[in-house]
Amino acid sequence: MNVAICEYGAGNLRSVAVAFERLGARLTDDVESADLAVLPGVGSARAAMTGLRVRGHEEALRKRFDDERPILGICLGLQLALDWTEEDGGVAGLALVPGNAERIKEGRVPRMGWAEVGDSGPFYFAHSYAAKTAAATAWSEGLVAEVRHGSFVGVQFHPEKSGVTGARFLAEEMRCLSLA
Amino acid sequence: MPLPRLIPCLDVAGGRVVKGVRFRDLRDVGDPVELGAAYSDAGADELVFLDVKATVDGRRTLVELVRRVAERIAIPFTVGGGVRTVRDAEELLGAGADKVAVNSAALARPALVSELAESLGSQAVVVAIDAEGGRVRSRAGTAETGREAVDWAREAEGRGAGEILLTSIDADGTREGYDLELTSAVAAAVGTPVIASGGAGNAHHVADALDVAQAALLASILHEDPDRLATLRGELRRLGVNVRWS
Repeated sequence: MNVAICEYGAGNLRSVAVAFERLGARLTDDVESADLAVLPGVGSARAAMTGLRVRGHEEALRKRFDDERPILGICLGLQLALDWTEEDGGVAGLALVPGNAERIKEGRVPRMGWAEVGDSGPFYFAHSYAAKTAAATAWSEGLVAEVRHGSFVGVQFHPEKSGVTGARFLAEEMRCLSLA
Repeated sequence: MPLPRLIPCLDVAGGRVVKGVRFRDLRDVGDPVELGAAYSDAGADELVFLDVKATVDGRRTLVELVRRVAERIAIPFTVGGGVRTVRDAEELLGAGADKVAVNSAALARPALVSELAESLGSQAVVVAIDAEGGRVRSRAGTAETGREAVDWAREAEGRGAGEILLTSIDADGTREGYDLELTSAVAAAVGTPVIASGGAGNAHHVADALDVAQAALLASILHEDPDRLATLRGELRRLGVNVRWS
């Protein structure tokens, strides 16, 4: 399976790449035609959207979504797929998935550490904003942990940083895609 | 709230795990990648790699080490030591680190915390504070700063720090327990997670720290022995601390 990781600026993309390589994926730069495009979660929303735009990824991701080809968003990558995020004074997202991201109001922020998703996991989270969307398919402590909408799957946690539990999640997603 | 975290800390120099007294008489005690992987297998929630020499010449070695760790380990890790600019931090994150810890450089120029948070996101910025008698010291504890730990923690949060790594110099190395008074005071002053550090001698100490902080840094208590981490987790569970089970 060919996997393209959308690079858009500073941050740890290496761990995502390594996680897919471990599962036997071949990495490619071709966001538009890869079997799977991954929108990773690093940095801040405004810098990320600008980074996606200048690298031409915004266009490629829209085209993929319209063609119903799979995209996986991780952490900020999930939030960027929404209409809008409250981060950085308000930033328009890719609007692939209806909904917004709002600042977390309860507990310590950033919400940092391992937590269950439904009755699976635990997975590793590191976020200050959380999605509010009708496309939510799983929650963690009352916050949206997973969304599925069209060919987009988004997870708020970091599967690439969630040890064997995270690797199992990614392997299952890849298996579903190769059957599709 | 997410589960309380156990974070082994590995002191490194020249790409190796080292051990010494107050950063002196450093002895080579192993390979950071192997030890980090063994800690990960033993149930560590995160890792911290601290470059105790942090020389300009050693940067290449540190970045290379981060790259090797990221290839091998699938849990989050923080790298500290010698981060003075956004560029330094970007290099470490680009190599596969999840967070950088800053200490003396942030005290010398607090705007560094704001710059790091803006370009990397708060979740990647750990501000490490070494405190003695409630007051902040810099340069591995050798220099006074005239700041109160509580005030500096609050300022760091305001500038975008995502976590406070609080080391009590008074408690460090005593093995008589974490400085709960200081840790509680800082945890009450900020809304970010706080990582307690210094003084762990047994599971009760760690349990007490996790009562007031969101994570405990584990250094000398582990003796570079992953089996010790595994038994410690068992002891903590028996004490009713809900550490991660898988």
